[in-house]
Amino acid sequence: MNDEKDEVISMEFLSYLISGVSLGSVYAIIALGYTMVYGIAKMLNFAHGDVIMVGGYISLMAMSSLGLPWWLAVILAMLVCTVLGVVIEGLAYKPLRAAPSLAVLITAIGVSYFLQNSALLIWGANPKAYTPIISGAVKLFDGQLSISYVSILTVFMCLVIMVALTMFTGKTRMGKAMRACSEDKAAAQLMGINVNRTISMTFAIGSALAAIAGVLLCSSYTSLMPTTGSMPGIKAFTAAVFGGIGSIPGALLGGILLGIIESMAKAYISTQLANSIVFAVLIIMLLVRPAGLLGKYVPEKV
Amino acid sequence: MKKLKKTTAIDFATYAGVILAFVVITVMKDQGMLTRSLKGQLVPICCYIVMAVSLNLTVGVLGELSLGHAGFMSVGAFSGVVAAMGLQSAIPSEPLRLAIALVVGAAFAAMAGAIVGVPVLRLRGDYLAIVTLAFGEIIKELINCLIVGVDSQGLHLIFNATGTKGVSDLGLLEGGKVLIKGAQGATGTQTIASFTAGFILIMVSLVVVLNLVRSRSGRAIMALRDNRIAAESVGINVTKYKLMAFVTSAALAGAAGALYGLNFSNLVATKFDFNTSILVLVFVVLGGLGNIWGSILAATVLTILPEALRGFDDYRMLIYAVVLILVMLATNNPQLKALLAKLIPHSRKGEEANA
Repeated sequence: MNDEKDEVISMEFLSYLISGVSLGSVYAIIALGYTMVYGIAKMLNFAHGDVIMVGGYISLMAMSSLGLPWWLAVILAMLVCTVLGVVIEGLAYKPLRAAPSLAVLITAIGVSYFLQNSALLIWGANPKAYTPIISGAVKLFDGQLSISYVSILTVFMCLVIMVALTMFTGKTRMGKAMRACSEDKAAAQLMGINVNRTISMTFAIGSALAAIAGVLLCSSYTSLMPTTGSMPGIKAFTAAVFGGIGSIPGALLGGILLGIIESMAKAYISTQLANSIVFAVLIIMLLVRPAGLLGKYVPEKV
Repeated sequence: MKKLKKTTAIDFATYAGVILAFVVITVMKDQGMLTRSLKGQLVPICCYIVMAVSLNLTVGVLGELSLGHAGFMSVGAFSGVVAAMGLQSAIPSEPLRLAIALVVGAAFAAMAGAIVGVPVLRLRGDYLAIVTLAFGEIIKELINCLIVGVDSQGLHLIFNATGTKGVSDLGLLEGGKVLIKGAQGATGTQTIASFTAGFILIMVSLVVVLNLVRSRSGRAIMALRDNRIAAESVGINVTKYKLMAFVTSAALAGAAGALYGLNFSNLVATKFDFNTSILVLVFVVLGGLGNIWGSILAATVLTILPEALRGFDDYRMLIYAVVLILVMLATNNPQLKALLAKLIPHSRKGEEANA
């Protein structure tokens, strides 16, 4: 009798853990966009979360209005978001390269609001139902534990992206240019690296990842509205800071840990206070280790 | 010496302008020249002016971006409402009760400001922004879990973290009253806020902020904004002055929140969300960073405009966003800056350096 109860409790725990890892994988994919942009342009791209929302809407429109298959919809969303990211960078951030960081941050908030309110005017304020790109679930332990295919796909995609990005930044010319720019822009320029093009490229990759994250996020929450991206965006930034901003493995670690913390807080502490707990973890982290789990502390040169 | 007089003149012009506006609006109100919707906007406008002036202290003068200013407003609003409603039987005089509520709101917000500020002001730039944002969200969720009631035995307070408790768990005696009902917020608040109180609050916050900015401490704060390392090396205590600006700003926001809370009979915590923080930030940026009278003007105009132009409301936030981006691009454009410096030899930058 007691054993059975224990088993139910441990199954419950396992399913919360799995949903935490799946949620964390989405955070990790979003956090990658933040971390890459922060590492190279040294700016907090506040609009990144809203690019996710745009990716969600584009894929939804492609599937429901144009009737495209899901993989084509994802590619279309990635294309649109990539262009959007590059355009945002060119119009709003590039002129402010030499400006103080406060000005860039306020501009980024402006862009975020612009995207949210444009979406509000185009698609309306009401949440739209989002059909998951894959439905169904795997049943384990005589059906006591079910894992949706979306969760499995999310974790899988996260790992694929992580490996691909690590190889990209380590092996390719463009990746090496990116690392050089994040170390020292002026020195990189002297070595013949086109810094502006490298930064645009970073925004392009980050935004394409945001589109994938948008599709995965909407598939697991099955609803979409203009503010869908902002909270996950903020939490993904939290994850990036948690893992150490600028570090790709840090984004993965931070994202997954944060997803698990959020899922466990929801299940065992309080649903209403889940976000507060996540943010409290961020604040404590910043105080104890300002550089994050895997980040390296860089002393300020005068 | 002459330049110094100029800043004093600007300050006095600001005071005079606010007093004049108050007199004109009061006369117009008594003559029945204001529409009903505009009359209803008077107290909120006062609150937003105080919010903008206080946020300008953090963003414009201290140079740190705070995205949780509405959080302090929220703390002030709910503590002010509890104070005013809790003292309803003990202090019959409405203006006195309102004053106490504003002071309580300011005190609680200042406390919140110190709790957030002490650890967080050691962080720089973007981190501070994200932590203040997080703080605003935490405050919203905490107040959503709060159930407060009052009866003849005093205040009763429960924290409804799991969502299982209700008003009946307060154990109020007969004749007791529920003040804050969790996610439903404060209900049945007696609306004792008045335009005169709003005017006095604006004057108080102007005196506080302008005197702080023009003082030795104010110069220290601005030195931190312009070059932290240089300021630190001449012996300016970074944490002390940052905290001074941040806590003052939070306290004023709390007083504004208390006034706002006592102007409506119903109030929910979600009113003070990220959007409200951004709205106040737009006032500050549009009015000019560090420019106090600019904040007053921007807060007034941007609160009245959407009311005046109907149908404009759908596009309001979109236009704010575009304005925010364009102002930032324009003020950071080197060519435009050089042109302005040529056209106006005594630009604001030179004035601040000599202040």
